[in-house]
Amino acid sequence: MSNLGKIKCLAGTVIRADSASPVSNFEVARVGSERLLGEVIRIDGKEVDIQVYEEIDGVHVGEPVEFTGEPLGVDLGPGLLGSVLDGIGRPLGGFSSEEAGAFFLKRGFFSRSLDPGTRWAFFPLKSPGDNLSPGDALGFVKEGEDFKHLVMAPLGSEMSRVREIASPGTLVTVDDAVGVLENSLAITPCQRWHVRTPRPCVERLPFSEPLITGQRVLDTLFPVALGGAAVIPGGFGTGKTVTQQSLAKWCNAGVVVYIGCGERGNEMTEVLEEFPHLKDPHTGRTLMERMVLIANTSNMPVAAREASIYLGMSIAEYFRDMGLDVALMADSTSRWAEALREISGRLGEMPGEEGYPAYLGSRLAQYYERAGRVRVLGEPQRKGSITIFNAVSPAGGDFSEPVTQASLRLSGTFWALDKRLAEGRHFPSVNWKQSYSLYEKALEPFFLENLGEQWKDCASFLKSLLERETELLSLVQIVGRDALSEQDKWDLEMGEIVRVAFLQQNAYDPHDAFNTLEQQMRLSEILKDLQCLVSEEIERGVLHQQVQGLGLLRQVLALRGAPAEDFEKRSHQWLEEVARSLTTSEGR
Amino acid sequence: MDLYREGTRSISGVTGPLLFVSNGRKAALGELVTIETSKGKRTGQVLQIDGDLCAIQVFEGTLGLNPGDCTVWFEKDVVKVRLGQVLMGQTLDGRGIPRGGKALPCFEKEVPITGSPLNPAMRAGPSDFVETGIASIDLLNTIVRGQKLPVFSGSGLPANEIAAQVVRQAHVPGNPEQFLVVFAAIGITEREARFFRDSFEESGALFNGVFVVNLAGDSAVERLLAPRTALTIAEYFAFDRGYDVLVVMTDMLHYCEALREVSAAREEAPGRRGFPGYLYSDLASLYERAGCVKGLKGSITQIPIVSMPGDDMTHPVVDLSGYITEGQIVLDRGLQARGVYPPINVLSSLSRLMNKGIGEGRTFAGHRQVADQLFASYARSREVSRLRLIVGDEGLTETELHYLRFGSAFERLFLDQGDSALSIGESLAAAVRALSTLPDEELFRIPADLMEEIRRVRLDR
Ligand SMILES: Nc1ncnc2c1ncn2[C@@H]1O[C@H](COP(=O)(O)OP(=O)(O)OP(=O)(O)O)[C@@H](O)[C@H]1O
Ligand SMILES: [Mg+2]
Repeated sequence: MSNLGKIKCLAGTVIRADSASPVSNFEVARVGSERLLGEVIRIDGKEVDIQVYEEIDGVHVGEPVEFTGEPLGVDLGPGLLGSVLDGIGRPLGGFSSEEAGAFFLKRGFFSRSLDPGTRWAFFPLKSPGDNLSPGDALGFVKEGEDFKHLVMAPLGSEMSRVREIASPGTLVTVDDAVGVLENSLAITPCQRWHVRTPRPCVERLPFSEPLITGQRVLDTLFPVALGGAAVIPGGFGTGKTVTQQSLAKWCNAGVVVYIGCGERGNEMTEVLEEFPHLKDPHTGRTLMERMVLIANTSNMPVAAREASIYLGMSIAEYFRDMGLDVALMADSTSRWAEALREISGRLGEMPGEEGYPAYLGSRLAQYYERAGRVRVLGEPQRKGSITIFNAVSPAGGDFSEPVTQASLRLSGTFWALDKRLAEGRHFPSVNWKQSYSLYEKALEPFFLENLGEQWKDCASFLKSLLERETELLSLVQIVGRDALSEQDKWDLEMGEIVRVAFLQQNAYDPHDAFNTLEQQMRLSEILKDLQCLVSEEIERGVLHQQVQGLGLLRQVLALRGAPAEDFEKRSHQWLEEVARSLTTSEGR
Repeated sequence: MDLYREGTRSISGVTGPLLFVSNGRKAALGELVTIETSKGKRTGQVLQIDGDLCAIQVFEGTLGLNPGDCTVWFEKDVVKVRLGQVLMGQTLDGRGIPRGGKALPCFEKEVPITGSPLNPAMRAGPSDFVETGIASIDLLNTIVRGQKLPVFSGSGLPANEIAAQVVRQAHVPGNPEQFLVVFAAIGITEREARFFRDSFEESGALFNGVFVVNLAGDSAVERLLAPRTALTIAEYFAFDRGYDVLVVMTDMLHYCEALREVSAAREEAPGRRGFPGYLYSDLASLYERAGCVKGLKGSITQIPIVSMPGDDMTHPVVDLSGYITEGQIVLDRGLQARGVYPPINVLSSLSRLMNKGIGEGRTFAGHRQVADQLFASYARSREVSRLRLIVGDEGLTETELHYLRFGSAFERLFLDQGDSALSIGESLAAAVRALSTLPDEELFRIPADLMEEIRRVRLDR
């Protein structure tokens, strides 16, 4: 039974209303005669503050407010993959209503996240008489070519036995019952979930393998664990979005949830135009088929931006519960935090650091805590994970601000994007001195097992060479390059080769955009061999100038572009050639 | 419109640009109001309603407003602008009314100036190369139709001249139609406005353009309306009439300062440098009104000009603009001092949509590689010239000396093109000449055929 109130105050996105009977915090309210969606965010006696998810121009004091008694929820089920939703779960693709597909978003439209019209083929995994507990898979529906979307007993339902179940191949809509339990609960492919509530699991599992991003600098130097969290802070134009989009394209997750949280409309368009035509290198399906896009761009209402990350997280958890590895990326945490700040300001709350509310850190923690690698509820036993990649857009590019700092405390990998590198068009502009990964230890067994002992040598070779280059560059600032020893001069050149050929990776070059772990290791091995070879020659008296004349960087780049099959052979030939030309030039 | 209007005389106070009415119970948020005084009429808009108390921002300002002599009428409508083909060639005030005249008598439709967000799923990705005739833009920071690309400029740098040059020269190659220009003057001086007017008159943009003008002497609150009015007009021409519209807005700093003024009067908690915490969202509601739409012909390309107080790129207005727009053109005092025009700092400039508009069939094959090579080499040459200040010429290696030569050749032969318009081919030729000062092994990004070209130029020298 819903409960009615009246609007008393209107300012920006927050309204205050009177309520005759008690309401609960975070319950959804319908505001004014247009029944705009909102959510209760503060209760003070009979006065209730509501954040409204839409523009409220034209609304009057005295108009009614209807309290629904339900917190903000989303329909989870088949059809989510490949869809575009706004921050509160309304589809923008336009299958459900004309309004949703309009050029300009009209406020007040109501639409479910799932298309109630589509029919899906259902296949049972249980039989009448079988037990069914929360999370158990009753069956699955086929989505696309070969994706099995599990139909699970809702979390929080009672354990019971299957009484009836649909036969294989039955076509059902998301609202049709595919099974009925003995306690008369009807199970449909669609289940509702309150987005601010974490979906429970059996237990958390330790980190044991990396999420492979396909980006050399990330995987080799600063890896992120499956179920971990990486933060990508950087000033404007440093490459946060391009990095996240590259991950969305090439990482080895089963499902990608991409939240455009207060960023550009054109970036969403880019995803929508590109992803349906790109193939997932791991499954061969199109990238759009493993993706849910949540688009609450900067010009869309602020309160819905605040909600968008919880919506994305709930969807991620739902796919995790099917036993999948989910990558969740939000661009950008800062815009979410600003929405929080704006709402808090409208409530007249006491501001904390830089005007953000004092609960910024705890809200962010609640979000990050929902990531992880877990054993999920239900039979058959499944493991799933959510890995977070959150961009942060610090004001003025200064990482000491509260959102960056709070994010760093909550995550394990820090990919610091650097304005100077971006200006010199060194992309990804990951600063190798500032960035770190706390997962290295946990992931070491995985790397050793899969790539062998050499992996460790390669990673430490790259790190120490870059370290050495930094030292030498500061020396050059004092004495100039000419005063360096021949070996130091070569180390500097080698530093450049590593930076350009290994660290830099062009997201727009289809041959370079993605590297497997093996490719990454082979490339670093070649670089390591090159370093040894040339250093030996220099010790024997070859001058750096002779080395320089060879144009090694161009050759490395050409080699890098070689097809994976020939790489091994060609690289050895190449190293021999380098050795030959250095020994002959020695005897000049 | 309704014949019946609600009026009230109970004014409870005036603060800054705000007027407070104490029985505003019937008002709606954002509602347009008319304020009648014995000296004439003003207009305003409801900003906030708290029970009976209603805050109104007065577009003409509150100077000389006597609370005892005001009747406030609620108009049961929001702020709208009248649209029609007749706007072409007109000069309007910030609210869209012909300057010094009356509201347009005949018009096609009337639309709220706040606009509605474009559905991100219905946009079409911008991808058509716009040739501006400026080499450092076309070759290194290419603009595409439907992009929003601001100019960041310290005081005294020629942002206006460059914007005017772009308006004069910009076209989509192969598309005979010119851009329709919508120009929003936001709090600029009479002199600056005159510069634009003269330059547009010369190039003909004046006759097929629309001018929304709010000068420094006009009301600050009206400054908040000017860009919205301009963008509403732009949307009409782009999406109802199919024009490619180029919107130039100057100066966004003045816009933000007006926003700060109103925010302070509302006693909102100030953020960085006193600007309100919602500055990002507010600016985004303007900048995001650029783009292309699926299945429609027109487009809106935006070139806002943002002043950088003290040349500070981290100033909140500049910083947030950078976070919202699709790149930036940054002007540089050092280049200006070395006599380079246009003094565009290509390293801190960026066009994020560049890759969509370049390459074979659009500009030329190898465009990306040439641009990457120029960026990398110029970045290196800047480093070397910093290093030279410390270690002197003697401390530099042969290669480093090459880079020094390249740096000055790049600035002289490529950047410093003056007032002229260069085709993309001419821009490339200038780049090749500059690159030919570097030895082959440094040009490892250049594709083979262009390498030939560079060697040829080197021999000719
Ligand atoms: N890996 C990459 N390869 C090639 N170019 C890149 C790469 N990463 C970034 N870039 C370049 O940097 C530009 C800016 O990147 P991006 O839009 O991701 O920045 P951002 O950090 O998201 O900025 P903002 O905070 O303003 O959204 C891109 O348009 C592209 O030109
Ligand atoms: Mg971005």
